[in-house]
Amino acid sequence: MAVDGEPVLEVTAANLRFAGEFALDAVNFRMFAGEVHSLMGENGAGKSTLIRALTGDLHLDSGKIRFYGHPLEFPNPAAAQRAGISTVYQEIDVLPNLTVAENIMLGREPRRWGFIDWKQMRVAATEALSALGVDIDPASRLSSHRLATHQMVAIARAISADVKVLVLDEPTSSLDQDEVAELFRVIRELKARGVAILFVSHFLEQVYEICDRITVLRNGKLVGEYLTPQLLRIDLVQKMLGSDANRFDILNAKQSPPIERDGRTVIVRARGIARRGRLPATNVEVFEGELLGFAGLLGSGRTELARLLVGVESIDAGELTIDGVRRRLRKPRQALHIGLAYSSENRRSEGIIPELTLRENINLALQAERGWLRRISHHRQTELTASWIEALDIRPTNPEGLARHLSGGNQQKLILARLMALAPRLIALDEPTRGIDIGAKIEIQHLITDLVDAGLTVIFISAELEEVLRVAHRIVVLRDRQIVATVNPNVATIEMLLSLVAKAEDDE
Amino acid sequence: MRNTNTMDATSTGAIKSGMRRKMKARLSWIPVLAALAILILMLIAGQVHFGSFVTPAMLSSLLVDNAYLVVLAAGMTFVILTGGIDLSVGSVMAFTGMLSAKLLSVGVPVALVIPLMLIAGALFGTMIGVLIHFFDVQPFIASLAGMFLARGLCFVVSLEAIQVKDPFVLGLESARLGYGDWYITPTGIIALIVIAIAAWVLAYTRFGRTVYAIGGNEQSARLMGLAVARSKILVYVVSGVCAGIAGLIFTSYTAAGYSLNGIGTELDTIAAVVIGGTLLTGGSGYMVGSLIGVFVYGVIKTAITYLGADASWERISIGILLLAFVVVQRFIVARANRN
Amino acid sequence: MTRFFRSRLVWPMGALVALVLLNTISRPSFLSISVKNGQLYGSIIDILRDSAPLMLVALGMTLVIATRGIDLSVGAVMAISGAVALQFISKSTSPNRVGTVLIAIGIGVFITLLLGLWNGFLVAVVGIQPIIATLVLMLGGRGIALLITGGFITTITSSPYAQMAQGHLLGLPLAFFFSVGAIAIVGLLVRRTALGVLTESVGINPSASRLAGVRSRGIIWSIYGISGLLAGLAGILYSSNIMAADSNNAGFLIELDAILAVVLGGTSLRGGKFTLSGTVIGVFIIQTLTSTITFLGVPPAVTPVFKALVVILVCLSQSSRVRQYLGRIRHLRAAKPPIRLSGLETEVLAERKSG
Repeated sequence: MAVDGEPVLEVTAANLRFAGEFALDAVNFRMFAGEVHSLMGENGAGKSTLIRALTGDLHLDSGKIRFYGHPLEFPNPAAAQRAGISTVYQEIDVLPNLTVAENIMLGREPRRWGFIDWKQMRVAATEALSALGVDIDPASRLSSHRLATHQMVAIARAISADVKVLVLDEPTSSLDQDEVAELFRVIRELKARGVAILFVSHFLEQVYEICDRITVLRNGKLVGEYLTPQLLRIDLVQKMLGSDANRFDILNAKQSPPIERDGRTVIVRARGIARRGRLPATNVEVFEGELLGFAGLLGSGRTELARLLVGVESIDAGELTIDGVRRRLRKPRQALHIGLAYSSENRRSEGIIPELTLRENINLALQAERGWLRRISHHRQTELTASWIEALDIRPTNPEGLARHLSGGNQQKLILARLMALAPRLIALDEPTRGIDIGAKIEIQHLITDLVDAGLTVIFISAELEEVLRVAHRIVVLRDRQIVATVNPNVATIEMLLSLVAKAEDDE
Repeated sequence: MRNTNTMDATSTGAIKSGMRRKMKARLSWIPVLAALAILILMLIAGQVHFGSFVTPAMLSSLLVDNAYLVVLAAGMTFVILTGGIDLSVGSVMAFTGMLSAKLLSVGVPVALVIPLMLIAGALFGTMIGVLIHFFDVQPFIASLAGMFLARGLCFVVSLEAIQVKDPFVLGLESARLGYGDWYITPTGIIALIVIAIAAWVLAYTRFGRTVYAIGGNEQSARLMGLAVARSKILVYVVSGVCAGIAGLIFTSYTAAGYSLNGIGTELDTIAAVVIGGTLLTGGSGYMVGSLIGVFVYGVIKTAITYLGADASWERISIGILLLAFVVVQRFIVARANRN
Repeated sequence: MTRFFRSRLVWPMGALVALVLLNTISRPSFLSISVKNGQLYGSIIDILRDSAPLMLVALGMTLVIATRGIDLSVGAVMAISGAVALQFISKSTSPNRVGTVLIAIGIGVFITLLLGLWNGFLVAVVGIQPIIATLVLMLGGRGIALLITGGFITTITSSPYAQMAQGHLLGLPLAFFFSVGAIAIVGLLVRRTALGVLTESVGINPSASRLAGVRSRGIIWSIYGISGLLAGLAGILYSSNIMAADSNNAGFLIELDAILAVVLGGTSLRGGKFTLSGTVIGVFIIQTLTSTITFLGVPPAVTPVFKALVVILVCLSQSSRVRQYLGRIRHLRAAKPPIRLSGLETEVLAERKSG
């Protein structure tokens, strides 16, 4: 299947930093004509960054991009498009306020005497759509169609030009099975025409169905390039999630053994909780004093479930019982009030208040709980801040420093301090160790286990299976937005978790 | 059993979504139609109340008296469609008017003065656009600077009003083409031409569609390879040129250049555009809506004169209408987001 | 020393000092203060007195801007409070009684508090953009004021009312004490309660604040209320100065001056961190600028040109592009290779990347 000869598009030793941190670290990547290549990796692996660099939306700090052997870098996405590299981005880049035809043709619309020829445009758009097997009125507004249609329109736009390289970043995330089949038929057609296709998806079975070659990235670094038939699914997942088990030896075995479920109090009981477009009906229980791990790939529903359980987002269906009382939580504030806290995976956008000081950040939730009239005295604030800085070892230790100057790990500790200041009963930590260096990671793992020993209940979400396995008392495994198993980590192995996480949805 | 249930749910869902789609396809016209309905209702109410309200003369004056506002609204529509705002138009209109009066009074030929007015307007627009796009200044503030600058420069030109005696400029207003009680002045014709060209540009040029695209989602428009930078600046240039044309119309209307002309006109213009159904967040709206919006404004003004009511009601009714439309728009946007 | 220069107040302070110096050099009498009848007179005293309405409005605007909002209605609100208070006094049988005046002020300010809360309702509950939500009242407000006064300029004679803007206390204009009082009260309100820090938190990162349990809706709502209340007081002062409710001219364009004062003081229009002391300096800069222009013999009507230049300069100094450019010059000095740029779009992208 692999095509020999020169790659159509090749990038070597790509480096790119955001705010001093490597988003891409010496990454090599190549694409061949008539081949479907998949780029795999978890959150923060660098997939989107690499795609944006290849298509001229970002510029590498160093490294070379070659297109048909010629070194070049596209100044912008438009230039890449003109050269024949079309991209369907992950956040669907369509314009719902325009018509379907415009979304497909704008930028190279047919014109007569310099003016847009709407009739021709609709004809051309219809052609592009029918190639995808989509039958919709090109003159209708895109906003009047379903999300899946938006995706098909974006794809129609990408392939209606003379395309040499087609980049599809999560193109199937909102398509149903028939639409996926239709898309794959088109991909195979394009492949036969010699188009080089980059296909990114977190649906493993789709990757195995359509892709010839797989490149795996992890934390901005290249793990390797493999031919699909030669890479076992379980090995792929292992490579994506990291298998560097040795580095966790520093963390001692769990202090407390997993607790028997019988006779334990349930803090949160969810019966059929669901939210449209986020999570189908799900049942789960969280026991008092346990460290419950959520394992699953990106898009498995791990974040969605946690957010519904602790009331960050409200449920549209089902029943959420907290301490035996049925609750309807609509806002994080209500949840915090009854002792449920949530720390987001997006530390910058949903965690810290970057322009405020450590002191202000740490006291924020407590202050919000007390209301603005009852200000915590400056003295008390300083005291509290100092104790949290010491307890969690936040550095730099200056309580009047700005939160934005902290490293990722320290920002995470800061958020933890803010939430712990409320003395919550349950705290959900969404990827608290993501994107931080190994030392800080272990420190945070220790912190979490210490907190659990002190009686806190924790939901711990991580993309790293070893980490979950080591830390958690009980593990809920999610796949395709469903809980597929609940595992006792004392008897489970990495391999077992891997196979649960990786298993294709249709061979159940 | 379970299967039948699912089937049922899907088919009703499909019917519902079909209806919803048809609804949504017209959603963007609803505000325009609402404005039209209000306009017609007001005309009917006026007719019923006053007996002879809707007359050819009144309808003619509706266009002629508000010709400057029509032109300003045309430019403002471009700006608001991109999600921006231009507070400078009233002052720029006053400044170009002032400039023309001054130049004409020192004997510069009118054939030179009119292009200079348009260029002056374009320069203000360029300055505002560049501030917004390249220096990331918020449109509100950048155009505020333009507003201050133009207003102050008015007084630099002259502190007193300057009379205009140029027959051509005056003729733009005094010449009347009529049929029966219907009449139109060259200024009215200019306004109609401007609005027609603007509507044409919006619908049939890449620039026009790019304006909508930017208002829809600037990032997406850029990824589609559209000339976002150029278009974003160009809308302010268009608005500036329109302010220049409005300056000409206003000068011929008042037969003078005066530094205090057009204070608050930017707000009237924005109100007219919004009442005409253009979303303030950008991306949705029509030129014809803005024309209707101006007429709504004009009818309110006329009705208040007829009523002999306090002029203050004019502002209050505009405020209330604006509020009603903004709330309706907010509702529409919220619905669109939910789906 | 470095810390001093990094302080956000350095630039506004420097600008104010430069303006004062410029005035003193060209007009040595600028700083001189004379005493007549136990009251102080002089240009500086005039500036302190005349700046009072703007000071009140700008303090409220600072808080509104900190929430990522803007309040365009302040000028119209000023007109309304003046109209209400004066109408009450003019209808009263005892316009010279302090009690009457206090009630009049109370009603005026209470109504503007309600108007502020109305703005807050539109922004925080209905979810309309602040510019538009407050534009409604900006458009309609003057009309309402005119209705209250029946379309006329209500004039009154009431010596207690006149005292507020024209009277003196301890030799200083009473209006100045209003400024000082407002600064102190607002300062205490935001820094002695948690209102300030919660406002900043909502302004900087609304979604993180939500997750931390901050009641952003209530906070935004009350901030607009405060802004309305302060504008109402400013309207009272303005009408007391001219002893008339001039609905068309009261607080005319003051919203723009207030925004300018806030920005000059170093509070970013993007919301978040705010500095009341910066705003105070900003207000004095604007007032001194106005007085300088008048003195220099430039017609006061041309003042907007200078304001425009100041706005542009301030915006440019806050622009990331200009900062990046300055930073690049520094980098070049450090003998680093220049960033490759090809065409405008590339520059924009480069900026995005680093941002």
